[in-house]
Amino acid sequence: MYDVVIIGAGVSGGTVARELSRYNLKVIVLEKETDVSCGTTKANSAIIHAGYDPEEHSLMARLNAEGNPMFDRICEELDVPFKRIGSLVVAYDEQQTAHIEALYQRGLNIGIEKMKILSREELRVREPNISPDAEGALLAETAGIIDPMLLTISLIENAVVNGCELKLNYTVTGITKEDGIFRITGEAEQDVEARYVVNAAGVYADVVHNMVAAPDFRILPRRGQYFVLDKSEGAVVNSVIFPCPDKGGKGILITPTVHGNILLGPSSDDLEDPDDLMTTAELLGKARMGVRKLIPSVTTRNSIRTFAGMRARPDTGDFIIREAPGTKGFFDLAGIKSPGLSAAPASALYLIGLMENSGLKLLEKEAFNPRVEWKLFLERSDEDQNKLLKENPLYGRIICRCESITEGDILDAIHRPVGARTLDGVKRRCRPGMGRCQGGFCGPKVQKILAREQDRPWEDIVLEKKHSYILTGRTK
Amino acid sequence: MKSKYDIIVIGGGPAGLAAAVEARENGINNILVLERDVELGGILQQCIHNGFGLFYFKEELTGPEYAQRFINKVNEGGIDIVLDTIVTSITVDKIVSIMNTEGKRDISAKSVILAMGCRERTRGSIAIPGDRPAGVFTAGTAQRYINIEGYMVGKSVVILGSGDIGMIMARRIVLEGGEVKAVVARSSFPKGLTRNVVQCLDHYDIPLLLSHNIVEIKGRERVERVVIAQTDEHKQVIPGTEKGYDCDTVLLSVGLIPENELSKLAGVDLDPKTGGPVVNESMETSVEGIFACGNVVHVHDLVDFVTEESRRAGRNAARYVNEEFNREGEYVSFSTSGGLTYAAPQRFRYSNLPDKLDVFMRVDKVYQDQFVILENEGRELARFKERHLTPGEMVKITAPKEIFTGCEGKVRISLVPRGDKT
Ligand SMILES: Cc1cc2nc3c(=O)[nH]c(=O)nc-3n(C[C@H](O)[C@H](O)[C@H](O)COP(=O)(O)OP(=O)(O)OC[C@H]3O[C@@H](n4cnc5c(N)ncnc54)[C@H](O)[C@@H]3O)c2cc1C
Ligand SMILES: Cc1cc2nc3c(=O)[nH]c(=O)nc-3n(C[C@H](O)[C@H](O)[C@H](O)COP(=O)(O)OP(=O)(O)OC[C@H]3O[C@@H](n4cnc5c(N)ncnc54)[C@H](O)[C@@H]3O)c2cc1C
Repeated sequence: MYDVVIIGAGVSGGTVARELSRYNLKVIVLEKETDVSCGTTKANSAIIHAGYDPEEHSLMARLNAEGNPMFDRICEELDVPFKRIGSLVVAYDEQQTAHIEALYQRGLNIGIEKMKILSREELRVREPNISPDAEGALLAETAGIIDPMLLTISLIENAVVNGCELKLNYTVTGITKEDGIFRITGEAEQDVEARYVVNAAGVYADVVHNMVAAPDFRILPRRGQYFVLDKSEGAVVNSVIFPCPDKGGKGILITPTVHGNILLGPSSDDLEDPDDLMTTAELLGKARMGVRKLIPSVTTRNSIRTFAGMRARPDTGDFIIREAPGTKGFFDLAGIKSPGLSAAPASALYLIGLMENSGLKLLEKEAFNPRVEWKLFLERSDEDQNKLLKENPLYGRIICRCESITEGDILDAIHRPVGARTLDGVKRRCRPGMGRCQGGFCGPKVQKILAREQDRPWEDIVLEKKHSYILTGRTK
Repeated sequence: MKSKYDIIVIGGGPAGLAAAVEARENGINNILVLERDVELGGILQQCIHNGFGLFYFKEELTGPEYAQRFINKVNEGGIDIVLDTIVTSITVDKIVSIMNTEGKRDISAKSVILAMGCRERTRGSIAIPGDRPAGVFTAGTAQRYINIEGYMVGKSVVILGSGDIGMIMARRIVLEGGEVKAVVARSSFPKGLTRNVVQCLDHYDIPLLLSHNIVEIKGRERVERVVIAQTDEHKQVIPGTEKGYDCDTVLLSVGLIPENELSKLAGVDLDPKTGGPVVNESMETSVEGIFACGNVVHVHDLVDFVTEESRRAGRNAARYVNEEFNREGEYVSFSTSGGLTYAAPQRFRYSNLPDKLDVFMRVDKVYQDQFVILENEGRELARFKERHLTPGEMVKITAPKEIFTGCEGKVRISLVPRGDKT
């Protein structure tokens, strides 16, 4: 019997798990994929928004504003790359200038600090490659960029180190409630019982909600497609740059990533199927054209990858964070569209507050350890490097030449408390395969290391999903 | 390993090995070859098919056999080999930083030879839309899985790109009991060697779909299907021609890119046309004493030419170390036009020319019965007859030194049809 079961190991489930692991509670996270951070959390713009954008008085506005300042501490504690590089919303004409002034005002009302309207000239000093047509911009200095996958891996790892359990490959298919106890059923898995349920199932949050509670919201999937550009393009912009928003949302943006690449996108494609993460030539083409309005010199010739993520858009228009009406003990953390990542730390605290009001006892553990230590070999000091090399010479062997990742780094990724079991799992933890050769060079090597370390046959190792096998058998 | 060498060669593929051997034959006995793999031979180790050495050794060898001939020579002395070691940077002052299981270290050299080879273009760089399942490989990666590791990558395969590696892999898949549904090429002609079209595709009845492209990959976990469509003369998809092909694997043979991250760190000028360093008649880059050869300079289709070019680099690095290098006079550079996409070397100093200069070029499409004409300031220097030119086969001319007497500025190289009176 658990106190709390959390369904979904994205950033939402991850922050809740970590926060709950501060208390004397028996908590388990159930995730249907082979790894954590495989849903929307792995495919988004990776921006920690300043918070001027959501409608005033919405939950999104409140939790984004509260969440943003919490990232410095979290990222320091969990060793997650995070940079406050600032964001710009660019205006091209009077109407748009009026719009960014309205955004500025909204930001002030919400309580966002360090905003400023930049003149034409000030904008050019900050962003030399900006379009000559840009008239000015709203600067929000508190906006930042992060690695959302590493964040989520570290959150869950930290929770696990502090006693939380994690079950991967567990697809929740049914929930019943009897005598105040929830019984969770999984596909061919053992049932799990708990007093409280947190529904953090992303694009499936409505499905999970409807398993036990009265249907009262829907998730409307909206896809976003991106290009990732090579690090050689990394200096083309210095900040997160948005066009002026319109009905379609925040529009096509361009931003550096914390690892020095450039991201451009997302498109905005309304769909029925929440798992349809295809990219399409037409919409990628539009994204490419869209971003040229901001930065005319940008080309996708140095694209190293395209991908798509799915927004879990609620039909209510705002985050749905509450105890489900009529189903005491069942908590939704649903409709977590953008700025869901930015709001995550605040959303978790808000949710846990609601759970406490509903009777969850929060007794702090004495031995809570807030830290995760996770650095790549080449990011360490010379002294640390020499020490590590003595312990294990494999730290000196570079496996991924694009990102300079050593065999020691890969061993760490595999043997972390929430370790990698798939090629993409290794990639998300320490980056081999993220670079310009996209694993062409290191893929077979990483596979060999995984097979060796986990004593599994090569054929057993998948890219990410259960049936994403890489090899079909031995040669003749 | 010492801390100082006369010559450090970066990369132990055929280019690096030939350069090292040639430098030794020219009197240098203090050479270091650095290789990041655990064995020498570079990409040749995974090319277990025949067809290497026809020009250079006048016999047909496999890749590993060809490499072995040079490995044997390198082992005859005067050359230190350090394997499983990656070069992480080179400075203009020729300090080479390395890293291996013993740690990080700097070594200095009088001369450096860049021979890092090239890497493959990927799905991301050509942005094929669709799902992103397992089962999409570059042809070279698939070759490594099959030939080195001994694992099959799939059962029914579509190959994009008609380069040599793609065609060779098509045959390999069939020999391993797999099925190749089609080799798809955007161009209207095969990009690889004609002999590979015949030996790898025609002999195995593998369809070659020219002027086609993959427009979508389907399959959420593993590849299930690709959609292929016809393309027009501008390589744009012709709507309505889409056709689905069931398959579990896609191999990409869509081009190679010279590997020049280190060259950039050393401040070496790159030629946007080749993607490799600008080199002179001696294979010296824009940084004095740093030479380059092989696929790091421009992508070769035949290893035999790599060997020749690399010997030139090795010989001249030796001359540089022995202070026999001649820097008199101004550079004259080659400029290509009329169907020729680049020339390597890109420039020369007359005073330093050998008796005969080999110039490598590529054409943008298929041509019959042409002259390759060299001109300087309106004066024709020489013309070379060519019967059949195709983008898949490098054009090589051997120009006697005398023809360049008195040249200044640019030597223009162009193609002119043999029928025309020019
Ligand atoms: C294109 C795009 C751009 C975005 N950009 C930003 C941005 O720049 N800044 C920002 O703050 N936010 C951004 N967002 C929003 C942000 O990415 C999301 O709010 C956040 O990642 C949501 O996290 P989550 O944990 O709620 O959902 P997810 O990461 O999707 O996690 C849900 C998890 O639940 C699991 N699951 C589902 N059903 C079941 C089941 N039945 N049983 C077990 N497990 C189940 C899933 O497998 C998944 O792992 C963007 C979103 C998109 C799509
Ligand atoms: C798949 C394939 C099939 C081919 N088929 C034929 C054929 O049938 N017939 C034919 O004649 N030719 C063929 N070729 C062409 C020929 O083999 C190549 O042109 C030749 O191998 C290039 O030699 P290289 O030394 O320049 O590069 P490579 O062979 O790639 O060697 C470069 C070496 O440098 C090392 N290196 C790179 N960076 C570093 C670093 N930072 N530190 C240390 N070491 C480093 C690499 O590990 C590698 O060993 C083929 C090529 C390929 C790729």
